[in-house]
Amino acid sequence: MEILVCIKQVPGTTEVEVDEKTGVLKRDGIDSKTNPYDLFAIETALRMKESKGAKVGVISMGPPQAKEVIREAFMMGADEGVLLTDRRFAGADCLATAYTLSQGIKKAGNPDLIICGKMTTDGDTAQVGPEIAEFLNIPHVANVKRIIEIKKKSIVVEMDMPDTVEIAEVQYPCLITVDKDIYQPRLPSFKRKLATKDKEIVEYSLDDLEDKNEKNYGLNGSPTQVKRIFPPEIDTTHVMWKGSSDELADKVFGKLKELKFI
Amino acid sequence: EEEVKTVDKSKWKGIAVYVDHVEGDIHPVTFELIGKAKELAAKIKQPVYCLFAGHNIKSKAHEILHYGVDEVFVYDYEELEDFRIEPYTAVFEDFIKNINPTIVLVGGTTLGRSLAPRVAARFRTGLTADCTILDVQENTDLDQIRPAFGGNIMAHIHTPNHRPQFATVRYKIFSAPERSEKPSGKVTLCDIEEEKLDSKIKVLDVKKKEKVESLEDAEVIVVAGRAVKKEEDLNMINELADLLGAQTAGTRPLIEAGWVDPRKQIGLSGRTVKPKLIITCGVSGAVQFVAGMNNSDCIIAINKDENAPIFNVAHYAVVGDIYEVVPKLIEKIKNGELS
Ligand SMILES: Cc1cc2nc3c(=O)[nH]c(=O)nc-3n(C[C@H](O)[C@H](O)[C@@H](O)COP(=O)(O)OP(=O)(O)OC[C@H]3O[C@@H](n4cnc5c(N)ncnc54)[C@H](O)[C@@H]3O)c2cc1C
Ligand SMILES: Cc1cc2nc3c(=O)[nH]c(=O)nc-3n(C[C@H](O)[C@H](O)[C@H](O)COP(=O)(O)OP(=O)(O)OC[C@H]3O[C@@H](n4cnc5c(N)ncnc54)[C@H](O)[C@@H]3O)c2cc1C
Repeated sequence: MEILVCIKQVPGTTEVEVDEKTGVLKRDGIDSKTNPYDLFAIETALRMKESKGAKVGVISMGPPQAKEVIREAFMMGADEGVLLTDRRFAGADCLATAYTLSQGIKKAGNPDLIICGKMTTDGDTAQVGPEIAEFLNIPHVANVKRIIEIKKKSIVVEMDMPDTVEIAEVQYPCLITVDKDIYQPRLPSFKRKLATKDKEIVEYSLDDLEDKNEKNYGLNGSPTQVKRIFPPEIDTTHVMWKGSSDELADKVFGKLKELKFI
Repeated sequence: EEEVKTVDKSKWKGIAVYVDHVEGDIHPVTFELIGKAKELAAKIKQPVYCLFAGHNIKSKAHEILHYGVDEVFVYDYEELEDFRIEPYTAVFEDFIKNINPTIVLVGGTTLGRSLAPRVAARFRTGLTADCTILDVQENTDLDQIRPAFGGNIMAHIHTPNHRPQFATVRYKIFSAPERSEKPSGKVTLCDIEEEKLDSKIKVLDVKKKEKVESLEDAEVIVVAGRAVKKEEDLNMINELADLLGAQTAGTRPLIEAGWVDPRKQIGLSGRTVKPKLIITCGVSGAVQFVAGMNNSDCIIAINKDENAPIFNVAHYAVVGDIYEVVPKLIEKIKNGELS
């Protein structure tokens, strides 16, 4: 069985700020890390490897430094790593990202199971997984909370729905996105770090992909455009009450009465 | 030379809302989206449509007509009984191909967030996630504003050269219209070739989630923050909540301590709530918490630190000690009068 996990490099913190003048994110001095939700995806794949003898690959789209997250996946136990990197992939929205990844996944040899994180901590749309599945024309189940059984030709999972939980059996090839806490991710091991430090990371550029039409990638292939980014508004109009606790309780009580909550 | 792909926007008309439901129980986010769709539609003088897909739902479709939509398109098939991605996407595709809506709104539920991207990708169009503000231009371009980076920044996004324009919106962001006694508009039954409803997914079981009244549904919420020193001190918070017919919620530290049910966590990694009243007791107001509650209609915050960030979003900032103010407030509510 072959499993491919999609992982993204994200800023190390979400406490980012917007430059008021240029309206651009201040990214300087912020280091990056593996999207925390993707660690659950990697862990899920590694558990399957241990119980069923699967081969686990990881794939990422990003600038050359995204190799770091692939190295980290190696340190956790991944067997192979692919990086899709090309200036022409830059500026991609979810659609273009998912398209590029789907092209890379085809090139990497169509695995039985693709696992994505539930969402990222930067764009946090949770859209890339389902869109990859669409481009590959395979079924997907999002928000998997539990893996119930791994069979030869299918997988049985628990899918989180608004008011219910669906137990669904999905035939391979398929894609799942896993919820956080599905399994506790293991820490990268130092021993494996040494063992994998020279391990090859396969790199693909646009020219390696089946579809070579530049218009389908990066900014060109992105239907959504970010017009502007800005800090969230803070509503500062408020009343402040100070005084003895008796007075305060009176004020709150009066207000609750006035607003008909009591 | 930049060549921009253009779309004939006049061919795309109407605002469509996906009816989010499980076994015919319509999720309230649907009505909130209808409310917003009506507002947008009035600006561009276009109709509001609903897509309702499922099994044995025909009778439920009429309920939607009490909220002022023009037409509800119903796909009623056995294959749509349980949510499976391929048949639901097929039906959505069929609906869009027949109706050509310029805007499609989908609830940001676990179901909607799985379905909307799949359909948007099928049409090679854009999808903006979790919008908190939506507006429309005369040329039908949708202005979409959404938080990203865990609520630390806002992005204004548009989809200028593609149709339809897809957006998901979470529950409790917009307001549902009043239900009118008299229905208006009509229900239209739609056909689709059954082979399009094939799926590689077999649903083995559907379990109801354990019935806890969901925090999102609460009209009044009392929140316990880290100022609560011991688990038993939650009793006074619960008592206040009971007196107000409210639910008790907590900040993350209290969930981590195991004192409060994880389903009652408000914030980025918890629930987004929009109650009529929220009273926070000893909550500092970290962005991750505030992101989950700053749309509440009325915010009363009790904190002994007058510089606590929660006071930036509070309508009524009460500078005091919860161990004194809360018991006194409880006493006053019980006595029903000012002392
Ligand atoms: C402020 C802001 C707002 C944005 N809003 C939107 C929007 O509303 N709509 C839109 O289409 N785009 C939007 N984008 C662009 C979009 O976020 C990213 O550019 C896109 O590449 C990935 O989307 P995501 O981070 O939301 O991933 P998600 O869809 O949240 O990621 C889910 C999973 O997909 C996989 N994955 C995602 N990206 C990669 C990758 N590069 N390599 C490998 N695996 C990956 C991972 O497994 C991940 O856990 C926005 C960007 C910014 C900065
Ligand atoms: C990625 C991420 C996601 C997160 N998601 C969430 C989330 O979903 N929800 C969430 O809540 N947090 C979340 N957090 C944690 C968040 O950053 C804060 O740490 C948390 O909200 C703080 O909780 P608090 O306000 O109860 O505690 P504190 O920050 O410790 O605040 C306690 C407050 O009580 C006041 N106080 C103390 N004693 C008294 C007293 N006797 N009377 C009155 N006031 C008193 C203090 O002045 C202080 O302001 C997240 C963090 C990260 C990094």
